[in-house]
Amino acid sequence: MTDRAFAPTLALHLGVIAVLAVLQFVLPDYHHGLLARIMVLAIFAMGYNLLFGYVGLLSLGHAMFFSAGLYGAGLPVFHLGWGVPAAFAAGIAAGGLLALLVGVLVLRTTGVAFMIVTMMFAQAFYLAILYFAPWTKGSEGFVLPQAARAIDIAGARWDLTSPSMRYWTALLLFSAVLALTLYVARSPYGRVLVAIRENEERTRMLGYDTFATKLLAVVLSGAICAASGAAYVLIFGYAGSTLASIQYSILPLLWVLLGGAATTLGPLLGTVFMYYVIDVASGYTTAWLLIVGIVLILLVLFFPRGVLGTIRERWVPWLP
Amino acid sequence: MAFGPHLLLATLDGLVTAAILALTALGLSLVFGVMRVVNVAHGEFFMLGAIVAWFVSSLVDAHPAIGFLAALVVSPLVVGAVALVSERLVLRRLNYQPEATIVATIGMLYIIQQLALTTFGPAARAVPAPFSLRIDFPWFGYSGYKLAVIAAAVLLILATWFVLTRTRVGLVMRATQYDSETAQAFGIPVDRVYAGVFATGAMLAAVAAVLIVPVQQAYYLMGLDPLLLSFIVVIIGGLGSLRGTVVAAVLVGVGDGVVSAFFSPTLAKIIATLLVALVLVFRPQGLFGTTAR
Repeated sequence: MTDRAFAPTLALHLGVIAVLAVLQFVLPDYHHGLLARIMVLAIFAMGYNLLFGYVGLLSLGHAMFFSAGLYGAGLPVFHLGWGVPAAFAAGIAAGGLLALLVGVLVLRTTGVAFMIVTMMFAQAFYLAILYFAPWTKGSEGFVLPQAARAIDIAGARWDLTSPSMRYWTALLLFSAVLALTLYVARSPYGRVLVAIRENEERTRMLGYDTFATKLLAVVLSGAICAASGAAYVLIFGYAGSTLASIQYSILPLLWVLLGGAATTLGPLLGTVFMYYVIDVASGYTTAWLLIVGIVLILLVLFFPRGVLGTIRERWVPWLP
Repeated sequence: MAFGPHLLLATLDGLVTAAILALTALGLSLVFGVMRVVNVAHGEFFMLGAIVAWFVSSLVDAHPAIGFLAALVVSPLVVGAVALVSERLVLRRLNYQPEATIVATIGMLYIIQQLALTTFGPAARAVPAPFSLRIDFPWFGYSGYKLAVIAAAVLLILATWFVLTRTRVGLVMRATQYDSETAQAFGIPVDRVYAGVFATGAMLAAVAAVLIVPVQQAYYLMGLDPLLLSFIVVIIGGLGSLRGTVVAAVLVGVGDGVVSAFFSPTLAKIIATLLVALVLVFRPQGLFGTTAR
C-alpha cells in the first residue's frame, strides 16, 4: 500500500460524501427524507459488512445489535428523559456489550452452526422485547417526543426533527463510519481479518490469536450496528419490535451481498439500490417481499460478489 | 380443574405438538443429514401444505372426510413438486454449498410466503376435521381427532424409519449421507438422490401440516414457528440423527405444552431458544447425536 494507491481511494470516498452533501440541496422532499433514512441504514450494513465481508462470518442475527442500539438509546430518553448525546452513547455501549457477550459464545461455533446460533440469540432478544412490553411497548412500539430529540450546544439548538438537520446528522454519522471502515480495512488489523477469512488455520499458525481478533471484530461490528439503531431512534423518533425481527437480520445481508461484500462503499450502494427497487416496486404491487426473495436467489446464483465486488474483480483492482 | 387433570390436558396437547413437530423436523433433519443443506424455507413448505389442503378441501363438495383425504394425498404431491423444482433450479446450481444455500432458501422463504399472501390472502382459514369424536375423560372431554393425529404421526414416523433402515432406497440414502463421493463411485446417482431427499423432506412437512390444519387453521405466516421449533428439535436431537430427532420432538413438544400451560408462553420460548443456542455452542453434536463428521 503506497500513498500513490491511496490517493484515488481517498478521492473516491470524499467524492461520494460530497455528492451526498450536494444532493441535500437538489432532491425533492420525499427523496430527501428517504436518503437520510438510507444513510442511517447503510451504517447498519457497513457494520454487518465488517463481520461478513472481511472476516467471512455470516451472521443471521444482526437485528439484535441494531435493536440493542435502538432500545439502548430509545428507552432512556423515553422513560428517564436522558439527553441525545448520553442516549446515543448508551445505545452504542448496549450494542457493544451485547456483542461481547454473544461473541464469546457464538465464536465457539463455525459455519452453519454459527448462522443458526446467531439467529437463535437474535430471536431470543426479539422475544425478550415482546416479553418486556410494559417498558418496550412491544410490537406497537413507542414514539419519542419531539422536544426530547434536540441537542443544545453552547446556546445553539441542534433540532433532529427538522429535515435538513436530520440529513446532516445522518451524513455526518455515515461519513464517520465510512472513514472508520476504510481505516480498518487498510490497517494491519483489517489484513489479519481477511487472512482469517481466507485460511484461519494458517493465520493461527503464523502466531495470531484468531479468537481475540474475531471477538474484536464482532464487538466492532455490533457497536457500529448499534450506532445505526441509536441514530435511527434519535433521528426518526420511533422504536418497535418489528425492527428487531428476523427480517432485519436478513436485510443487511441482502444489502451487503448486493453492493459487494468486503468493499467499503458496497453497503451504501446495496442499501440505496434495494431501497429504491422496493420503493419503485411498491408503486405497482404490495408484494415487495417477493422482490427481496428473487433478488437474494439471483444474487447467490449469478452475482455472488455483488456489484462493487464484480467491478473490482474485472476493472478496478484498487477499489477498497 | 385440579392440577392433575390440568397437567394431563397440557401433556395431551403437548403430545399433539410433539407428533407434528417430529414429522416436520424429520424432514429438516433428513435434508440436513443427507445433503448438508439447512433449509430455511422448510417452514414455508409446511405452510404451503396447509394452504393447499384448504384449497383442496374447499373444492371437494362432499363429506369433510373425503375432502380431507384428498388433501392428504394432493397436498404433499404439490409441495413435493415445488420443492423438486426449486432444488433443480437453485440448490443444484449452487453445488449445495452450505452458506449459499442458506441465503438461497431465505429467498425461497420470502417468495413462497409472498405468493401465499397474494393468492390465499391474509386471513386464517379453517379446514373441517374428517370426523368429530369426543372422548370423555372423567374431568374433561378431548378431541378424538387430536388423538388420531398422534397415531397417524407415529405410523408415518415408523414408515420413514422402515424405509430408511430396511429398504434399498434407504440404503442408497444412507450411503449418500455417509460419503457422497464413494457412493457416486459405486454408481449411485447422488444427484437424483439429493433431489428425492429434498422433495421427501418437504413432503413430510406438508403431511404434518395437513394433519394439524383442522386443529390450527391455515395462515400464510404459520411457517415461522414450526421452522424455529424444528431447528430446536434437530439441534437438540443431533443434526442428522433420526432417533434423536424423534426423542427431542417429544421432549420439546410436551415440555412446551406443559410450560406454556403454567407459565408465560413467551418466556418459555425465550428460555428454550437460549438453551438450544447454548447446546449448539457447547455440544455441537446435540444431546443424543454422535459426533458430526
